[in-house]
Amino acid sequence: MTLTAYIFGVAAALGTLAVVVEMLRRNRLRERHAVWWLIAGTMALIVGLFPGVLAWAANLIGIEVPTNLVFFVSVAVLFLVCIQHSAELTALESKTRILAEQAALTRLRIEELERELRKSSD
Amino acid sequence: MSTVLDRTLIVMPAFNEQESVRDVVVEVLSELPGVACLVVDDGSTDSTAQQARAGGAMVARLPFNLGVGGAMRVGFRYAVDHGFDNVVQIDSDGQHDPANVRALLERLQSADLVLGARFAGSGNYVVRGPRRWAMVVLSIFLSRAARTRLTDTTSGFRASGPRAVRLFADHYPAEYLGDTIESLVIAARAKCIIAQVPVSMRPRAGGKPSHNPFKAAAYLGRAIMALLFALIRPPLPLHSKEGVS
Repeated sequence: MTLTAYIFGVAAALGTLAVVVEMLRRNRLRERHAVWWLIAGTMALIVGLFPGVLAWAANLIGIEVPTNLVFFVSVAVLFLVCIQHSAELTALESKTRILAEQAALTRLRIEELERELRKSSD
Repeated sequence: MSTVLDRTLIVMPAFNEQESVRDVVVEVLSELPGVACLVVDDGSTDSTAQQARAGGAMVARLPFNLGVGGAMRVGFRYAVDHGFDNVVQIDSDGQHDPANVRALLERLQSADLVLGARFAGSGNYVVRGPRRWAMVVLSIFLSRAARTRLTDTTSGFRASGPRAVRLFADHYPAEYLGDTIESLVIAARAKCIIAQVPVSMRPRAGGKPSHNPFKAAAYLGRAIMALLFALIRPPLPLHSKEGVS
């Protein structure tokens, strides 16, 4: 591996981590959503700094080309994050739905009360 | 003495039904004296709510379209909050004859959920192709789940008794097709007694039923999906405490 490739790998990992941490700091990202990105960024940084770790891990699982381990882990992380987002979306939709239902009932109640008020004031 | 009609809430989900909703409300109120009629305006962009009010119904307006399931949840919630024992769902397009409601309520005395079935002898309602197959498959599986013979499981004309109303107020499914298929599974799993009564259908007052074979095939697929997922979900208890669903 050339020195530039090494620096590029470390810089990319640092950049990713910096973006996530900065968004967390500005409250643009909640911790529960940031966890996966922090884990992924940290793993990228470790592998970037110590490429030997990657080769060791690949050898441990029996993957011949270490880069394939990188691809596998990346896809797995993206997949899990996507599923988490779908679940969150489902939860949000059901909360919106419940709010809409209650808004409809509240509105009906207000209209009923207004009618009674008008009747009693006549 | 309060009659069964006084304790019954008619719920009509309505989405852009300004042509028919008023006539249906007027007919329901004159056919069934003493009954309360709640139209749930499911995010209509036309004058459905005004028309329904002009007909004499109470109107709950949803801020956006939720589908029949969401609209019915509002109806069941309203029934529980205002102490109604029974809820009868009627389509706002005039397909269902309010005269049949008495038969449904009659049957409700020995059942928790009564379906108005369109194929059980009364009237002449015919469906063909994938939509027909879907109905056959659904009726086989749901009849088994409900431990009684059901021929028209996707009927939107149904009456729920006190036990079913309480169950549905908390757990009525809002998914597409959940209001017909999954709600039956939920009721059957909660040991509700399900029955059906033959009803006749009338041609819709407004709008045409679709006969697109692709849509019908997609309907078949979605119906089977909805059924499968309903069957593998954990069953719900009949008397659950106020939980956030």
